[in-house]
Amino acid sequence: MHELSVSESILDIASRHAVQAGASRVTDVHLVIGRLSSFVDDSIQFYWDFLSENTICAGAVLHFERVPARLLCLNCQHEYTLDAQLEPCPACHSPQIKVLTGEEFRVDSIEIQKEGPTA
Amino acid sequence: MNTNRVAVVEKILTANDQVALHNRTLLDEHSILSINIMASPGAGKTSFILETIKFLALDLRIGVVEGDTAPVTIDADKIIAAGMPAVQINTGGDCHLDAMMLQAGLKQLPLDQIDILIVENVGNLVCPAAFNLGTHLNLLIASVPEGDDKPYKYPAIYRGLEVLIINKTDLLPYIRFNMDFFRQGVEMLNPGVATFPVSCVTGEGLPAWTNWLRSRSAVLKK
Repeated sequence: MHELSVSESILDIASRHAVQAGASRVTDVHLVIGRLSSFVDDSIQFYWDFLSENTICAGAVLHFERVPARLLCLNCQHEYTLDAQLEPCPACHSPQIKVLTGEEFRVDSIEIQKEGPTA
Repeated sequence: MNTNRVAVVEKILTANDQVALHNRTLLDEHSILSINIMASPGAGKTSFILETIKFLALDLRIGVVEGDTAPVTIDADKIIAAGMPAVQINTGGDCHLDAMMLQAGLKQLPLDQIDILIVENVGNLVCPAAFNLGTHLNLLIASVPEGDDKPYKYPAIYRGLEVLIINKTDLLPYIRFNMDFFRQGVEMLNPGVATFPVSCVTGEGLPAWTNWLRSRSAVLKK
């Protein structure tokens, strides 16, 4: 699996934004992963903990927002969500569909701590 | 201590995508048509590449980058034996090629002497789909013995294709493979994708594929 390279990329992005924001540490990282996008499961936290050791992101918790796959039938305009395997429009059985959501694969936000202003 | 939330909104593989863009620029500068060949292990990637070279070798020069998880040169050796420059990239156990690995491979090839670059990705239907290499064409080889349900089980890889090869069509009489069901899945994910059923054993379909490729290469050179 490619969890290791994905973890490295997330670490790069989160660290860069944290430094830009003047953070002293990152506590949480929020990811948005669509159901149709590359497979990333919760085991990524394991790689993350290992990689982020001794970085600004050490100890940060990864949060996954899973976006369901919403499809639009181009034949009858019916909108449906995939629950399991890919299937044609359940209303009219047309395979002419458009993917509306489910391909997201991004770092959405981070939660950071800053040292309080020193008097 | 203050805690606050910082909006990021950045694609996870953005660094890879930037290197992919560099690769594309380099390939465009040399007018090299480039193809990323993906497939599951055993779908016939190397045979397909060797057959493609046979059809094009008279007037086009083809370079090959071979991705493998282990340091074996079996595939690259076959390409070199066919008279074309090839480099082997060992991914060090990674399940896919990424744009950085292709960048390293390109540095080892005589780009001024190549018309078409073929990249043989690691045999895998999941991971290679996520990593853009910067090639002009993403090509998937689906082979008949793998079964007709693969578009339904691996939708991501079918979404990003420009070319679909259905290989081992000579086995259709012996295997339960519902071509209509297979094509329906493809149509849902990637309507109108250029599709070539071929057999590297009988040669069926290879002229249609290589003629198409030849014309794409000619367009790039104009």
